[in-house]
Amino acid sequence: MSDLLLRGGRVLDPSSGRDAVADVLVRDGLVASVGERLAADRVQIIDVAGLVVAPGFIDLHCHLRDPGLTYKESIASGGRAAAAGGFTTICCMPNTDPVIDSRGIVEYVLRTAAAESPVRVLPIGAVTKGQAGKELAELAELAEAGVVAFSDDGRPVATSSLMRHALEYSRITGRPVIDHCEDVTLTGGAPANEGPVAARLGLRGWPAAAETIIIARDLELAALTGGRLHIAHVSTAGGVELIRQAKRSGVPVTAEVTPHHLTLTDAWLLGEGLRWPATGTTSLDRRAPYDTRTKVNPPLRGDADVEAVIAGLADGTIDAIATDHAPHAVVDKLCEYDEAAFGISGFETALGALLALVETGAVSLERIVEALTVGPLRVLGDLDGRVSPGRIAEGCPADLVVFDPAHPWTVDPEHFLSKGKNSPLDGVELPGRVVLTMVAGKVAYRA
Amino acid sequence: MTRNAPFQWPIRSSSSGGRRHLLDLDDFDRAEIEQYLATAEAMREILRRATPKTPALTGRTIVNLFLEDSTRTRVSFEIAGKRLNADVVNMTGSGSSVQKGESLVNTVRTLEAAGADVIVLRHPASGAAHLAAAQVHGSVINAGDGLHAHPTQALLDLLTIRDAFGTIAELRVVIVGDVLHSRVARSNLWGLTTMGADVTVCGPPTLLPRELPIGLPPVRVEHHLDRAIEGADVVMALRLQRERMTAGRLPSLREYSRLYQINDARLERARPNVLVLHPGPMNEGIEIDTATAHGRRSAIEDQVTNGVAVRMAVLHLLTGGSAVSNGVEPAGARRG
Repeated sequence: MSDLLLRGGRVLDPSSGRDAVADVLVRDGLVASVGERLAADRVQIIDVAGLVVAPGFIDLHCHLRDPGLTYKESIASGGRAAAAGGFTTICCMPNTDPVIDSRGIVEYVLRTAAAESPVRVLPIGAVTKGQAGKELAELAELAEAGVVAFSDDGRPVATSSLMRHALEYSRITGRPVIDHCEDVTLTGGAPANEGPVAARLGLRGWPAAAETIIIARDLELAALTGGRLHIAHVSTAGGVELIRQAKRSGVPVTAEVTPHHLTLTDAWLLGEGLRWPATGTTSLDRRAPYDTRTKVNPPLRGDADVEAVIAGLADGTIDAIATDHAPHAVVDKLCEYDEAAFGISGFETALGALLALVETGAVSLERIVEALTVGPLRVLGDLDGRVSPGRIAEGCPADLVVFDPAHPWTVDPEHFLSKGKNSPLDGVELPGRVVLTMVAGKVAYRA
Repeated sequence: MTRNAPFQWPIRSSSSGGRRHLLDLDDFDRAEIEQYLATAEAMREILRRATPKTPALTGRTIVNLFLEDSTRTRVSFEIAGKRLNADVVNMTGSGSSVQKGESLVNTVRTLEAAGADVIVLRHPASGAAHLAAAQVHGSVINAGDGLHAHPTQALLDLLTIRDAFGTIAELRVVIVGDVLHSRVARSNLWGLTTMGADVTVCGPPTLLPRELPIGLPPVRVEHHLDRAIEGADVVMALRLQRERMTAGRLPSLREYSRLYQINDARLERARPNVLVLHPGPMNEGIEIDTATAHGRRSAIEDQVTNGVAVRMAVLHLLTGGSAVSNGVEPAGARRG
């Protein structure tokens, strides 16, 4: 492992509040020192002047499709795509085939990741056996095997009583329960946000109330049990407000939001009247209606919801930004809107999209980096060094990202490292890009 | 689309003038609708001849790809194609590779490769016609996609209304029933408002969209039929699908018909010359009373007749035929 000096970058480390030009010396996989004009004997020097050096990003929510669905993605391809997105730790959801609900599957993921992924991969275990929503999975054993959280993501924890017991168990495991909040009796698998866009397109509507009902349920149960609750991909104004109130009253809850819910609206299903990002002023040419690459669960929402999740991120109600990277094969998306799979391939556009959001002035770059580093760490808790440190400090593993906030590029999914080319941002110009990603001092990606 | 492109994402129908596909009426202006109605009137002249046929589409191939049950629309398109002397091929889901799981994208590409110039598509999913249109060089006509649109039905309704009143602007039109799940209602909302009608939708809150389609001009929403029907020039009843009951949207057919059935007693509140429409197939005795459906106010059979003329006009215009006004032979037509 060669030693490296990142020379002259803007070191942005929300954990310490550092935001200044400095050199970062990496030795033996660790950050050896941070400071001005560090001596550089017998080290490789990388000039990063004009670039931002930040702690490696931590993604709480992605789908690696491995085992079982590797035509969509694999731990290897997903890991490479994550590195290209500036992520150094990613947490993968258990809706694989088979589901991550037993020690053997956890071990498979950890072993495969160690061999094939350039970034740290932390599996999330199922809440219920087979994610079937009937009986709890062996949560304590899964935690021992190495899962860092529990979720039945893709669907909600099926019943109030199962959710209660899962939260109770989280007090033994110390691991959070991550819920996908959707009252499925209200949504019935609907593909689009209920509202005037769905009404025009004749698509069945997924109402905001279906999210807030389950968030309200979960918050009550977290208050009742004292268990650790994390709300996945908040997409509604009502959801943000419920979490805000619960945090004020001391409920042990954290929450995440995706880049797409921060920057896209359901107008993208219509293919007209588009702004990019949603709260910005850049208008795009008319695009296609029924583009299945806009189909995601929870669905893209209207302007008021987007403004509310941005406000929730800005004021700290929402702790973390998580990609919900959901890669799919072309055949899963090149079909009728109703039939298409839910999900957006998000690793490789996350930072660029978030930089576009920063340009609108709605959220600062510091807050964005915080929500990609310190925020997710707060959700995961102490993991004995298995997770990226989320900071740039002497003695910490050198999990770092270097990005250029002012290097515009046009998204072309054919160039993604992910197998999933399903990005609605195809053809959109993003303001900046990742230049270098480093995990424990080793280059995981270089543009 | 280039030949070696692996696939195309859905596209928007081309703007007026160079229109290649008919996907919905939401991008039609009044002049273009007038052009289609005028051409339909010309086609109707042809249909009244002893030999009701014109060679406008000789040598062209139309495939009616109907992946959902249909009687009147499919037959109407078939007759329209044959009156224009096109080669018409009918295809349904059962007995085809669609049943074996062949995708819509591959199906329409196969049909085009086999020689289809026009694909008329009926499909249970909203947006299916947009998806198909992106894959072909020829034309796609939306013959009903999911809950979304049924533009030829709306055009024939507009023609039927204009026949009765000489105009559509300023007419009071009431659409009654399951608007939420109705592609007929959705396309009619665009067509009627574009033509300047004053439109009210009426039904129980469980069967109306909570918010009306984005971009639609103002439409009145009324849950009480007697109030909605007051002074109406046109009343359009929609078909009630029985599965709405199992979904918990309606307590019973009996209650629905008590609240929302179109019958002669209720029509007393409308204008004396009120026109009654129904896109079919009807549940007589439920959303419309049998006597009303077949009575003097009903234009339901005229709708069917007009359907053939409208579809001839659509086929003619989309395949490059020029617009014609009433009584004039369509371009390319010769006396046979």
